[in-house]
Amino acid sequence: MDSIRQGGLALLQRIESFFDAFFGAAGNPWRHLGALGFHFLWIALATGIYLFIVLDTGIEDVHTSIEYYTHEQWWLGGILRSLHRYSADGLVVVMLLHILREFLYGRFHGFHWYSWITGVPTVWLVYASGIGGYWLVWDQLGLFSAVASAEWFDWLPIFSTPATRNFLPGVLTDRFFSLLVFLHIGIPLTLMLALWVHIQRISQADVFPSRALALGTFVMLLVLAFVKPTVSHGKADLSVVPTVLHIDWHYLFIHPLMYLTSPAGLWLIAGGATLLLLALPLLPHKKQGPIAVVNPPNCNGCRRCFVDCPYGAIAMLPHPDKPGHELARVLPELCASCGICAGACPSSTPFRSVEQLVTGIDMPQQPVGALRQDMERRIAALSGPVKIAVFGCECAARVGAVEDQGTAVMNLMCTGLLPPSFVEYALRSGADGVLVTGCREGSCAYRFGTQWTEQRLSGEREPHLRPGVPAERLRVAWADRHEMSDLKAALDVFRENLKNLGADEMRLRPYTPRRIAKHG
Amino acid sequence: MVSKSPTNPLVMAAQALFYGLFAVIIAIFSTWPDYVHLDGDRSLIKLSFSYHGEPVGECRERSPEELAKLAPNMRVAKVCPRERSPIRVKVDLDGQPLFEGSAPPAGLSKDGASTLYRRFEVPAGEHLVSVKMNDNARIADFNLVREEKVTLKPAQIMVIDVRKDHGGIFFE
Repeated sequence: MDSIRQGGLALLQRIESFFDAFFGAAGNPWRHLGALGFHFLWIALATGIYLFIVLDTGIEDVHTSIEYYTHEQWWLGGILRSLHRYSADGLVVVMLLHILREFLYGRFHGFHWYSWITGVPTVWLVYASGIGGYWLVWDQLGLFSAVASAEWFDWLPIFSTPATRNFLPGVLTDRFFSLLVFLHIGIPLTLMLALWVHIQRISQADVFPSRALALGTFVMLLVLAFVKPTVSHGKADLSVVPTVLHIDWHYLFIHPLMYLTSPAGLWLIAGGATLLLLALPLLPHKKQGPIAVVNPPNCNGCRRCFVDCPYGAIAMLPHPDKPGHELARVLPELCASCGICAGACPSSTPFRSVEQLVTGIDMPQQPVGALRQDMERRIAALSGPVKIAVFGCECAARVGAVEDQGTAVMNLMCTGLLPPSFVEYALRSGADGVLVTGCREGSCAYRFGTQWTEQRLSGEREPHLRPGVPAERLRVAWADRHEMSDLKAALDVFRENLKNLGADEMRLRPYTPRRIAKHG
Repeated sequence: MVSKSPTNPLVMAAQALFYGLFAVIIAIFSTWPDYVHLDGDRSLIKLSFSYHGEPVGECRERSPEELAKLAPNMRVAKVCPRERSPIRVKVDLDGQPLFEGSAPPAGLSKDGASTLYRRFEVPAGEHLVSVKMNDNARIADFNLVREEKVTLKPAQIMVIDVRKDHGGIFFE
């Protein structure tokens, strides 16, 4: 299964890279499917308020009131109804793509389990919300959906009287529609609660798409509402079977599926799919590495790790010995072992003169001190006309492939682990240039590794790269796993640029730490 | 590399194209393809009831000794078994068997209503519908019977139900 997933991921990343070219990472719909889902849900909720106001819930009047604002008041009620319908359809499309994307990226096990598991009930709630909306219209399609749903639930031994008997002639009353309205409001509200739970273990959740993406999708829905306004079928008639239906397959595909199989068959399919989703985190997977460790003597309580952690896995507690100060504490059950916190720690600077570099918060499997040693050793061993230090990411294009006598490669767990001062340190230690690479924005296995690194290097985020570092000697080239050739090409171009730059042009003063000068 | 500036005509055209494609996907599957739930020349018969069967045994009078053993407020002379009979059903259409089954009473003590729901797609037109039920386990034969010639229009639903206040089995 993993090879299929990897193949799917490679294809998906190619699509995402293609869309990046036209939308940019921030506006690329593929990279913000969850946020788009929220956006569609907000549109459905907002338009639903108006539709609720004008809806008459009487059994004889509900269809008439909807027909009125669809046709007579098309310029407001009709457009809002279409927006309501198409945003709900859009929600299903992006939700299913979101599930597929997270699966392909492997975000269903390890520390991801919570978001994955809590996402499963939201799928049911989305469908329950949408299907209930069709009943409310009380046209032939609504009647068909109501009866089919009742037949499906009647298979479960939960009703003393079959729910389908509610739809026999003469049984329905106005109270049924009051109940439906209540459910069609209550279930979406429950959905919002479930979504709130779903995003609890990630910080700075992506729930609002960029302005461009939000505007683009809204205009798309608006145009759709004008071009193909939503209309009803004929009024529901309990004595007649709806024969040919213009069905909304986004939501109502379950009904034909049930009539194709059986109510038990549909329960088997729906229950099986749900159980499969719930069981995915239990499948064998790569074991998560050790979690971050705080070193209290080196933690000054600056809160940068707290702010940058993508999973809210760091808490700031009062310092036990220094009144008024805080100390970082790692919450083990939330830590993803990404190392982004170590990259955020100001104590991670390699310019510190201590023999053993110990930072305020560090990763046992790739400590910052060991990274400094490794970098010093690799840069010292470089030869050739142009010496380049490359910092890469295990999850992105494999940087090991570009290592040669003129290129030193430091492979990080996540590029976000890189303290920006390492770039300056590498340049002062003998490298002619530094290339930083990693996953493209939105592909980062740990959400913000790419974004934070980019912001730290450009001076927008603490800890930032000092402005004295010549931009000509730093190159950032994001490349996903399948973009190895792009990385190699970027490295070749960078090498040529450095060659043309000249040995002394825009070069930082060399720096030899005392501990090296002393010991050689 | 394409300039990602939103004013770049190529970017604008590409974005419009992608949004258009997304809209087409949403629009198409929101109404297409049509779903044929029932062919135009077919009708539907629904067999549906929620009906309490008769008690499984006879009621009897308590003896004076039995009554004396009970608390004064519990001394009801007649006692009946709590359990209800299952409803046996047999439906024939034009002399051919359409359904035969039994609906057990609901509840842990089997004292609830027997319920059943089945749907049968049949050709529209004239049919002889024969429905037989037994709601009393103490009787071997069917004690509720209705046979009627009906004409079903295309797409029409005919419900077969049974209620005491409707005089037993009825078609609607």
